[in-house]
Amino acid sequence: MEWTGRDVISIRDFSKEDIEFVLLTAERLERELKEKGHLEYAKGKILATLFFEPSTRTRLSFESAMHRLGGSVIGFAEASTSSVKKGESLRDTIKTVEQYSDVIVIRHPKEGAARLAAEVAEIPVINAGDGSNQHPTQTLLDLYTIKKEFGRIDGLKIGLLGDLKYGRTVHSLAEALAFYDIELYLISPEMLRMPKHIVEELKERGVKVYETSDLEAVIGELDVLYVTRIQRERFPDEQEYLKVKGSYQVNCKVLEKAKEELRVMHPLPRVDEIHPEVDKTKHAIYFRQVFNGVPVRMALLGLVLGVI
Amino acid sequence: MPELKVSAIREGTVIDHIPAGKGLKVIEILKLGKLSNGGAVLLAINVPSKKLGRKDIVKVEGKFLSEEEVNKIALVAPTATVNIIRDYKVVEKFKVEIPDVIEGILRCANPNCITHYEYVTTKFYVISREPLKVRCHYCERTMEEEEILANL
Repeated sequence: MEWTGRDVISIRDFSKEDIEFVLLTAERLERELKEKGHLEYAKGKILATLFFEPSTRTRLSFESAMHRLGGSVIGFAEASTSSVKKGESLRDTIKTVEQYSDVIVIRHPKEGAARLAAEVAEIPVINAGDGSNQHPTQTLLDLYTIKKEFGRIDGLKIGLLGDLKYGRTVHSLAEALAFYDIELYLISPEMLRMPKHIVEELKERGVKVYETSDLEAVIGELDVLYVTRIQRERFPDEQEYLKVKGSYQVNCKVLEKAKEELRVMHPLPRVDEIHPEVDKTKHAIYFRQVFNGVPVRMALLGLVLGVI
Repeated sequence: MPELKVSAIREGTVIDHIPAGKGLKVIEILKLGKLSNGGAVLLAINVPSKKLGRKDIVKVEGKFLSEEEVNKIALVAPTATVNIIRDYKVVEKFKVEIPDVIEGILRCANPNCITHYEYVTTKFYVISREPLKVRCHYCERTMEEEEILANL
């Protein structure tokens, strides 16, 4: 697979080999970064971060990754500070920004925006989240985290908890996990079940899928519990949100039933779905997971820029 | 079997073997109710068919279908055959086929899809023909038959 100039839009565009290659590259860069402190692979290259929707973590993670590769960053952190406010089309914004940069990272509230941006731009485009559709770099860092923690992905029992209906991170992660020999527990309120077409696809691809709303009934089975926030902003109706708000809280009492080696992950930010008391337990790996975003995004930036 | 009491057309298109009940939908999606050339549109509903048991037939005078229109028919009536008529004779006959990629003729059912907000030609991948299922190239949402018909 030729990586130089490639867009990173959807985990669907990745083969298992692609995923493994990114993870290996991230591992190499993390090691090099630890040894040298700072790398120069992307010296002279400019990343444009176009965040039409607020996101601190993903944006800073990309910016940090580009800086650690020796490159520089331009961009905006919300649509209200860009020409979009004046009515500019996404197409025109992209055509303009590509004149200033070597790679674009885009976060947009509309599903499919990143794919459109990639078609318009002649430089590589990386999707940092499009509505409730895809967030492929989050998925890659999630996989990287699991692999670092267990040394493997195959053979694990993985639970996805919370908003499985609107949560794009769990959609992409589930699709990527289908490449591996895993068992998947989908734990959510009835209203926030994983979309039917994704569940069907997972089953067609041979994944053993269990759907439940009872966390305590299955927590003892799991190696990984991937917790997501119930995202108020994705609900078309506030009343619907209030019905499911606070459905789950992972706390030390809930974790009493878990295996010793259970790892609790979260794409963050969290609200109340993981009690802060969990942070100090050996189960909590969500802050290490945040760190892992940097080497994974360094790998992607370096690969699509053709500098590593 | 008694002959159908529907006039033959001199020039135009006969869409045959439409699943019973889908003939009106074919007229709707081809906008034949507003045919601007003054030609007649004839619809036969629920007529006996050896192949289908019952079928609908649409005859359109003075109109030949574009590829886009044939693809639209394929989505609504995958069993249909299209007959091109010149001087009362069938000069060409073919079965409609659902293409692998459907471009420009279908709207995405996802109201948050970027295709509703930007100038862009829609594009869908056919992931299953029976039952009919397509995936939006942009937002990746899957649409099934009912949504597909509602968005033609």
